[in-house]
Amino acid sequence: MITNKENITAVTQFAEQVVEVEGRSLWQDARRRFFSNKAAVISLIILSIIAGLSIFGPILSQWNYADIDWEALSDISTLGSPSIASGHYFGTDPLGRDIFVRTMQGGQISLMVGVLGSFVAIVIGTLYGATSGYMGGRVDSVMMRFLEILNSFPFMFFVIIMMTVFGRHILLIFVAIGAVSWLDMARIVRGQTLSLKNKEYIEAAYACGVSTPKIILRHIVPNVLGVVIIYATLLVPNMILLESFISFLGLGVQEPMTSWGALISEGAPNMEIAVWQLAWPLAFLVVTLFCFNFLGDGLRDALDPKDR
Amino acid sequence: MLRFIIKRLLEAIPTLLALVTLSFFLMHFAPGSPFTSERGVPPAVLANLQAKYHMNESLMSQYFHYLWDLLHGNLGYSFRFTDFTINQLVAQSFPVSAEIGFWSFVVAVSIGVLCGVFAALRQNSLLDYGVMAFANIGMVLPNFVIAPLCILFFSIHYHWLPAGGWNGGAWPYLIMPVIAMSTSYIAQIARITRGSMIETMHSNFIRTARAKGLPKSHIIIRHALRPAMLPVVSYLGPAFVGIITGSVVVDQFFGTGGIGQHFVNGAINRDYSMVMGITILIGTLTILFNAIVDIVYVFIDPKIRY
Amino acid sequence: MKMTKTLLASAVIAASFTAMQVHAADVPAGVKLADKQELVKGGEGEPATLDPQKIQGTPGSLRAKDLFEGLYSEGEGGKLVPGVATGYTVNDDNTVYTFNLRHDAKWSDGTPVTANDFVYGFQRLVDPKTASVYSWYAALAGIINAQNIIDGKAKPADMGVKALDKYTFQVTLDHPVPYFVKMTVNSAMYPAPKKAIEKFGDNWTKPGNLVSNGAYKLDTWIVNEKMVFVRNHDYWNDKKTIINKVTVLPIKDSTVEFSRYQAGDLDVTSFSGIPTNRYKELLKTTPDEVKVTPQLAAYYYDFNNQKPPFDDVRVRKALSYAIDRTIITKYVTGVGEIPAYTFTPPSVDGFKAKQPEYAKWTQAERNAKAKELLKEAGYDKNNPLDFTLLYNTNDGHKKIAIAVASMWKKTLGVNATLENQEWKTFIDTRNLGNFGVARDGWVGDYNEASTFLDLFKSTNTSNNAHYNNPEYDGYMAQAAKAKDPAPFYQKAEDLVIDKDMAVAPIYQYSIKRLVKTYVGGYQPNLEDNIYTRDMYIIAH
Repeated sequence: MITNKENITAVTQFAEQVVEVEGRSLWQDARRRFFSNKAAVISLIILSIIAGLSIFGPILSQWNYADIDWEALSDISTLGSPSIASGHYFGTDPLGRDIFVRTMQGGQISLMVGVLGSFVAIVIGTLYGATSGYMGGRVDSVMMRFLEILNSFPFMFFVIIMMTVFGRHILLIFVAIGAVSWLDMARIVRGQTLSLKNKEYIEAAYACGVSTPKIILRHIVPNVLGVVIIYATLLVPNMILLESFISFLGLGVQEPMTSWGALISEGAPNMEIAVWQLAWPLAFLVVTLFCFNFLGDGLRDALDPKDR
Repeated sequence: MLRFIIKRLLEAIPTLLALVTLSFFLMHFAPGSPFTSERGVPPAVLANLQAKYHMNESLMSQYFHYLWDLLHGNLGYSFRFTDFTINQLVAQSFPVSAEIGFWSFVVAVSIGVLCGVFAALRQNSLLDYGVMAFANIGMVLPNFVIAPLCILFFSIHYHWLPAGGWNGGAWPYLIMPVIAMSTSYIAQIARITRGSMIETMHSNFIRTARAKGLPKSHIIIRHALRPAMLPVVSYLGPAFVGIITGSVVVDQFFGTGGIGQHFVNGAINRDYSMVMGITILIGTLTILFNAIVDIVYVFIDPKIRY
Repeated sequence: MKMTKTLLASAVIAASFTAMQVHAADVPAGVKLADKQELVKGGEGEPATLDPQKIQGTPGSLRAKDLFEGLYSEGEGGKLVPGVATGYTVNDDNTVYTFNLRHDAKWSDGTPVTANDFVYGFQRLVDPKTASVYSWYAALAGIINAQNIIDGKAKPADMGVKALDKYTFQVTLDHPVPYFVKMTVNSAMYPAPKKAIEKFGDNWTKPGNLVSNGAYKLDTWIVNEKMVFVRNHDYWNDKKTIINKVTVLPIKDSTVEFSRYQAGDLDVTSFSGIPTNRYKELLKTTPDEVKVTPQLAAYYYDFNNQKPPFDDVRVRKALSYAIDRTIITKYVTGVGEIPAYTFTPPSVDGFKAKQPEYAKWTQAERNAKAKELLKEAGYDKNNPLDFTLLYNTNDGHKKIAIAVASMWKKTLGVNATLENQEWKTFIDTRNLGNFGVARDGWVGDYNEASTFLDLFKSTNTSNNAHYNNPEYDGYMAQAAKAKDPAPFYQKAEDLVIDKDMAVAPIYQYSIKRLVKTYVGGYQPNLEDNIYTRDMYIIAH
């Protein structure tokens, strides 16, 4: 229910973080630059619309996401096809449930998962990677080896055990996704940091006696943000699809609730007979991703310290 | 350089040991055992089954048993495919995934980097939007959608390619798995390359090079491309491991017999030795390729020191 | 040219053998055979093993049927067909079975198949050293000392099996089992090649090591890709076998299998080879390829009989009545499944369970009765019944669970929360009894009612509903001793379903297979005992 807000808070929180260190003028500057980027602004609007639809869309339909249309069930490939008359604007799934409402309801879960996964990746991944890369030496070795362990670890057991220990709870899915989303991000940021730390301005800061945390936050992080944002937008669809796999293992979203990932994997085997079951959730995912990309580009341009 | 390699080799041992230990103990916490089945197993039979896998001993002693066998390169019998050892299964399936993976990697890197660079050079042009639109769709289309689409198109409608099987890796059997495997990687590589390239082209040293009046192609190839590749290389390290250890979806749709589905099914079947074997394989490859990435960093940016 | 000659010869022999009811490819006159006699079939996933005594589940047994041959096999409609045995005699009280073995049966290494190979195979099955998860099968058949050997209380040599001479094999049972010969069809009771097993140990099932006595021998086994069998020319009936090479593809997912079938990679799919969403279309486009027949298997929901509110028979009945089985079988599963109101599938041999009262009502009547019962039990709109419906992760189970929960909600106002778990967690949860209602299924081990009704004996480890009724145990004990067990089965059936509704039967499974029109000799039966040696490829 909080997708939209979360969406914006994620962005602002993130921006604020940067700003607090960089000072007020840059924040205003960035905001001005961001809002002058048409593609980014339009994307933000579309994302807000999708988030709004996910929350309020179900009101527009006579169906509930759990309702089975027993009549349509008798012949999904004709009675279950999209039609205004039957009230199934997007058609029905193989059980006669309304795809429109389910796509909207699934959107709530998927947007949350996508945004949250990326947020965790940005915060933990960036700080971890920047610290590892900047500190170098033994610290870097230990931190990177730890990352390698987590990366090779059988994730499925982690999920299965989490489910049996804590029972199923929607929040656990975020923990599971958060646990893996930041790993690659950390490695990418570390790579950038390794190169950055030899730059003159970092060396100058070091020579001036600026403390390590300050150098990382003030000088390293802002300079790796471009790559970070691009990689974060790549993560969004991965996280959304990962969710359906976690639900498959029994943790996370349980029927009759759904998510875009679940809808897409259910729709895939039916693409020859009932293409709408795949097409609608996939279309929403594609549009969302496009918007995240443009939004990401916009944010990158706005926050780029080189473009000041 | 030699010192670096030796150092990394030495570091790999405790890393792998930690991975093995963590995985081994955690795995046994999962509910159910390899012998859990719908129909209960008679106690005397179960005892003998457990003895075959040393499961009648304490977890600690099982662990040391496992380490001892591991030291001898013996990964134990599979719990699921009871006629095979993990060594046999890995030897049978890993080459398949590695071959699909290798070609997917080649395809993904060459197309991805090319697309990314061109999109970046023509930022906000039609070409840029076209490439990025393709990339976005490729990223969103999960391989469980791409795989059946390929089969539908290439095998069922046109009969150009076999719908599945491996046949020792004959090329017609290779094409569709490579498409299904590489699409999302192409998209991601293109996207990272583009972003990084744009950033590099904005940096001071490129501006300087431009101001000096160097030809554009020269600037791109000699100055911009190398630093722009840094995040791509960071991404490719772990991605390469993911690519060559296969995908459960590709294995299932195309019946290639790769190693991808062993990992997922191993966890579902509680095939402890299988999961451990593949975890070790992935761990080793991860360590190896991260080391390679770190070496490549130095070639990209000679100033990097560890 | 040489090919046609042998085929012609085999056709003639086939005709003469059919009169004697011997199993083999029986090509009707006028059918022109294809030059290339190779078959590719679906294999239901990869088997855990090819060791006949260790096999459990269809992936293994369907392959073993081509590689090995037991005393008897099954033909069309499930009728018994002699395998290695040519006939048998049995004593008056159905406890001593003596099988005469054919003298020309050979292993693929050329050595004869003797009674000793059966003795070895049977003993091996129960020997704890073999650690076969299927060893209970010998105990179920009632072979003397089988259970004791399994429990480690007796030696394998004490088992009630012996070789009277080289070609006479005798089994002694500890109680009358009239259907024992039917049980010999199962791969657990196949002979075992002692020499190869002792020579290669765990590796004996690998290509090159495996010695088999069936129509085929193992050529290639690539896990998760394919298994290839070639003709075993030492097979006693090799002359009448037509197909030369069998490739089994271990595809588990029916959608994937279907697309491979469409692409022409497969000639025969596995028994679940028709995806629900394609059935109608296939009936229109290629009706000749669609083979749907009943299967000896039941799909049902376990009520946790020991746990409130399911210890109340009214609650169990209400929930069971409110399931519209017609909708489930027609639209949700939708490929020839048969709505079930009794636990024992009506097609089982020798016992046709009487349809209980509620089966004859209309669904509206059932719903009305269900509402009434639930109200009596104290649940209504103000005090709705809440519980969890547990199922293992699978698209089919998911759909049924959603539909059933939705029916309960609609007619009874019951809130059933769906919970899916991956397989092993699911089994663990269900075994521990941590559920209200759980999905369950049972595939008959042999074609006789006791394979189903035994489940509800209080001592049965697969009694997942935890049904415990001494009266029921009594009926089953009487049935085991009776010459004609059917009346006792009827009493047991009436008690467990009509009166106590220990579980909610939902449907009887179907075998839904696609067979290309050029494949001849497909003989469906309840237990899906299909042998490639009966099939042939028609010129196309």
